[in-house]
Amino acid sequence: MSGHGARLLGASALTLLAWTASAGEIPPAERRSGYDFMSRETRAMQDDDTVNPGMLGVLEGGTLWARKTGTAGRACADCHGDGRASMKGVAARYPAFDAALKRPVNLEQRINLCRTERQQAPALAYESRELLALTAFVARQSRGVPIDVAVDARTKPFIDNGRAAFYPRAQSRSSTMAAPRSTGVRASSTLPAASVTTRTGASGWPATRSPRRIRRAIRSTVSNGRASARSSAGCATAWSGSAPSRTSTARPSSSSSSCF
Amino acid sequence: MSSALVNVPPRARRGEVIEIKTLISHPMETGYRRNQLGARIPRDIIRLFVCTYNGTEVFRAELHPAIAANPFLVFSTVATESGTIAFQWTGDNGLSATESAAIVVD
Repeated sequence: MSGHGARLLGASALTLLAWTASAGEIPPAERRSGYDFMSRETRAMQDDDTVNPGMLGVLEGGTLWARKTGTAGRACADCHGDGRASMKGVAARYPAFDAALKRPVNLEQRINLCRTERQQAPALAYESRELLALTAFVARQSRGVPIDVAVDARTKPFIDNGRAAFYPRAQSRSSTMAAPRSTGVRASSTLPAASVTTRTGASGWPATRSPRRIRRAIRSTVSNGRASARSSAGCATAWSGSAPSRTSTARPSSSSSSCF
Repeated sequence: MSSALVNVPPRARRGEVIEIKTLISHPMETGYRRNQLGARIPRDIIRLFVCTYNGTEVFRAELHPAIAANPFLVFSTVATESGTIAFQWTGDNGLSATESAAIVVD
């Protein structure tokens, strides 16, 4: 599970890192989704929404989208209209920089910002059923849309922080989050081809960016590696903005961590 | 609050065997578990699933404790005529969820 999770994590983090990755980078045109490596039977299984319990979350999210809430008495639909049209491609741009907070926010944080600011409703707890459902609903509208996270001067420090947290070996099991342990691949600056997901196939969205799975993958990699110095939120925290305070921590660079 | 997904082929030839898939969101609490205080968590399961094809029952399933959450049922029937395939899940705590799908048979 954790090896699989790490690969999923690799797939998503990689797109964030693609611009900053140096030697051994796979040219964008040659990147392939994991979907391309599946057998026909596995693809058919992945393509069938009825057998995916995650779609129940999407259904529930659609209901929540139209439900009025908070003291403002507004529903998501009151501002954004029909989510199936207005949210197309939106999730692919997240995490995105929030000018007010001066840091990138992920999709859940954006939903919660909408709740607290526009709907005057309490923020939903991370991984709560409602927040997962709404996130799944919004993310579902971006199925098949290539991930398109903006990389500019504002987001670069955060991406660099995420990169710094992603590559160093965590202690006892010598695992990095970049290395898919199930295949025995040692961490290197060459990113594993199979985890590249630039062109998200029917299966690649929203599963590979499922926030819950990514967070669990990070948690499991960090805790398996006994990286006690780092919080269990790992990259997610780094990416969501609390990382700058950690940059002072001495940490091996990605090149020295990949010298096997 | 249950939400259900059903997958019925929209078109079929007369006499063709069609596969129907259903998935419903439900915790399927067995009634045997206890909470941190030792109190028994009351049973909350779907007891019965019925599928009707233009009013005729074509599939029925009784569900019991130990069936996993979000029961996924797949079964097949013969496409006889155009119409509506209706699904009903009933269970504890007054659960009664319905869903339906149209099918065109040529």
